Amino acid sequence: MQYDHIVIRYGELSLKGRNRKLFTSQLMKNVRVALRAFPNIHIQTKRDRMYIVLNGEDQEAIIERCSKIFGIQNMSLAIKVASEEKAIKEEALALLKNSNAKTFKISTKRSNKDFPIGSQDFNQLLGAHLLINTENISVDVHHPDLEITVDIRDEATYLTSEKVVGAGGLPVGTAGKSLLLLSGGIDSPVAGYQAMKRGVELEAIHFHSPPYTSERAKEKVLDLAEKLAFYGRNIKVHVIPFTALQQKIHREIPHGYSMTIMRRMMMRISEAVAKKEEILSLITGESLGQVASQTMESMHAINAVTSYPVIRPLIAMDKDEIIHISEKIEMYPISIRPYEDCCTVFVPKSPKTKPRLEKVEQFESQLDFKQDIEEILENVETITIAANNHHQDSMSDLL
Amino acid sequence: MIYLDNSATTKPKEEVVQSFQQAALQYFGNSSSIHGLGMDAERLLRMSREQAASILQVDSREIIFTSGGTEGNNVAIKGVALEHQNRGKHIITTQIEHPSVLETCRSLEKHGFEISYLPVDQDGRVCVEDLRASLREDTILVSIMHVNNEIGTIQPIERFGEVLKKYPKALFHVDHVQGFGKVPLNIKQSGIDLLTISGHKIHGLKGTGLLYVKGGTKLFSLHHGGGQEANLRSGTENLPGIVALVKAMRLVNNDREQHLNHLERLKMFLYKKISNLESCVLNTPEENSAPHIIHFSVPGLKPEVVIHALEEAEIYISTKSACSSKSADESAVLVACGKANNISTSGLRVSLSYETTQQELDFFVEKLQEVLEKLSKVMR
Repeated sequence: MQYDHIVIRYGELSLKGRNRKLFTSQLMKNVRVALRAFPNIHIQTKRDRMYIVLNGEDQEAIIERCSKIFGIQNMSLAIKVASEEKAIKEEALALLKNSNAKTFKISTKRSNKDFPIGSQDFNQLLGAHLLINTENISVDVHHPDLEITVDIRDEATYLTSEKVVGAGGLPVGTAGKSLLLLSGGIDSPVAGYQAMKRGVELEAIHFHSPPYTSERAKEKVLDLAEKLAFYGRNIKVHVIPFTALQQKIHREIPHGYSMTIMRRMMMRISEAVAKKEEILSLITGESLGQVASQTMESMHAINAVTSYPVIRPLIAMDKDEIIHISEKIEMYPISIRPYEDCCTVFVPKSPKTKPRLEKVEQFESQLDFKQDIEEILENVETITIAANNHHQDSMSDLL
Repeated sequence: MIYLDNSATTKPKEEVVQSFQQAALQYFGNSSSIHGLGMDAERLLRMSREQAASILQVDSREIIFTSGGTEGNNVAIKGVALEHQNRGKHIITTQIEHPSVLETCRSLEKHGFEISYLPVDQDGRVCVEDLRASLREDTILVSIMHVNNEIGTIQPIERFGEVLKKYPKALFHVDHVQGFGKVPLNIKQSGIDLLTISGHKIHGLKGTGLLYVKGGTKLFSLHHGGGQEANLRSGTENLPGIVALVKAMRLVNNDREQHLNHLERLKMFLYKKISNLESCVLNTPEENSAPHIIHFSVPGLKPEVVIHALEEAEIYISTKSACSSKSADESAVLVACGKANNISTSGLRVSLSYETTQQELDFFVEKLQEVLEKLSKVMR
C-alpha cells in the first residue's frame, strides 16, 4: 500500500475571506515553482486545502521541499479511496499492515454528510475491522504508533498519516514587495526571511565600497540573496557604489556624527531605488539597542529622511534568537564569513549613541551630497539572483 | 589489461583528472590571499566542501580535507588520544584494521595508552557483545573499519553506534575507505564522530581524502601552522586535489545508484565460479560483504606465483601483504579470522570496480583455472 497524494493545509490563509482566491492561487504558483524538479506531479487546489498527486515522484523529497514554502500550515501523506465503507476498510487495513505500528487510533472526519455512518460510529466500525484482521495490534487513543485520519469528503475519502508541520506564514507574493537593506551580517538576511514569511516579495540593496570592501563581501551578499530566493522567488540585488560618498562623509562630518549621516544617506538612496522599482517600503535588520545606530535616538534621526514605512522584523528580538533563526535557515555560515562591509569600514571609534536630530541636520546642511546621490543612482549595478541557480556555474562544472 | 586490484587503488576517471587539471591551472591562487585570485580559490574550496557535505549528508563545517586514508586515520586517532588523554587512556579497535589504524594505536601504547584489539569471528566480523564488554569508564575512542580491505567483510557499524550511545565519552571513529561508494552508511544515524575517506579508492587521485569530524568534537591538531581546515590541518589547501576528490565522490555515488546491481551480479558470478574450484577456499563471507571484494586462498600455493602467472595474461590481482603480521607471508586478517596457516599464507584478493565487465571476469576465471592447474601439477 503506497501513499499517492500529499494533502497540504493552508491554516491561517483560509481565514482571509475575500482574498482567499488570491492567496490560494499564489500558493499554488509558489508550490509549482518550488516543485519544478518533480515533473510528474499534479496539483489540485480546493477551498481549504491543496492536493499533490504524486504519480510516483519521491514523497519524502517533496514534503521536505514543501516544508520551506510559506503559507503551508501542515501536510500529510494520503491515500485517496472512494467514499464507500468497503473500500475504506480495505485501504486502512493495508495501511496498518504495511506500517510497523503496534498500536493505532482512528479519527474520522465526515464533511460529506451523505455518508451513512456518523464519525464516532465509523471510528468504532473501522477500528473493529482492523483489530479482527490483524494480530498483536491494539488500539491506543492517547499515544498511538499510527494515527489514521479518515477524511470523508464529497469527492472522495482520504486516509492520511501524521501531520508534518509546514513553514506557516503567508505565500510569498501576497503582501507586495519590499526593499531589504542587505549588509552581509547575521541580522539583515533574517529580517528578509521574516518579512517573506508574511508574504512579502523581496528586492535587496547592498552598499559596496571598493576598495575598502572586497569582492568577497559582495559575493557573500549574493550568496545570502540566493538562500533567500529559495524561500520565495528571484531576488534583484541592487549594488550601490558607495565609496565616494562614504569618503566625503568621513572627510567632512565630525566623527561622532558620521555614522548617523552615513545611515541617512543609505536611507535616501534606498528610498530612491524603491521609488524607481515601484516598491512601497523598506526592510532593515535593526534590533533595538544592539549597536549605536539602533538606539531610539539613532533610529529617530535616521528614519527622519524617509516617509516610507521601514519594516524592522527583528526590532524586539535578542541576538540569540536571531542567530537561532539564521542557523535554522542555513544563512549563518555565510553571514559569519569574516569580510568587512561598508558599515564597519569607516566606523568611528565612538559614534554618538544619542545623536540629536537638529545637530545632524545642521552638519548635513554643510555637505553637498545631492550630486553624489544622483551619480550613485546612475551607476547602480543590478544583479538578479534566481533560487537554486548557482551564480558560479563555471566552477560547478569542475565538481 | 584486466585490472582487478581496485581495493589497492583505482584508475582515476577521465573527468576527475580534467577537473584536477583545470583547477590547478585556473584556480592556483591561495585561498587565504585577499585578492581576487584568492577569492576564486576560496569560493571553489567552499563549493567543494559543501558538495562533499551534501553527499555525506552532514554539515559543511564537519569536513576536513586530508591527504588520504592514512592521514585521516592518524589525525582522528592521535587527535582524540592527545586531546582527551585526561579523560582516559583506553582505546578500542579491532584485530583486522588497516595498518594506518593498527600501527597508530601501537604507537600510542608506547605513550601509556592501553589498546583493546577486539577479536573477529571466522567471517572477520566483530561481535557487538565483545565491544560492549570492552567498554570502560576511561575509554575515549572506538575505531572500527566499515568494510575490511582484505576480505570485504562489512561491520555492523549502526549497531556499534547504538551501543556507544551509552558511552558519550567514547568517540566513534570509522575507517570508511573501502566502504564509501560501495556500501551505504548513514553517518548521523550511526552515531559516528569521525570518519575517514580516501580519494584514490574511488577513481580519484592519490594524495586526496577527507575526514568527517562531527561538530563540537575536539581534536589535537597534528599539523600546526596557518590554521587551515578549522585549525586541524594547517598547510595551503590542495585545491585541485580537493576538487578531484569531490568530483570522484559524486561520480562514484552516481555509479552506485545506477550500477550497484551490476557489481553485485559480477561478484556473485565470481563467488560461484571460485567456490566451484577445488583448489580454492573462499575467505570472503557470502553474506554482508562488500560488492567489490572477493578473497580466497589456494592452500599449498604461494600467492605471488599465482599473481605473476596471471600477470603474464595482463590480469592484475593482489595478495594482501601482511604488514602487521609477525610472519612475513601470513595475513594478519586471516589469522584473526582463525584460519589455518596454509590458508592464511595463500590468500588472493580480487577487487572489482563499477567499470569491470562480465567479459573480463569470464577471461579471468578461464585464466585462473589454467594457472591453477598448471601450478598444481608442478607443485605436486
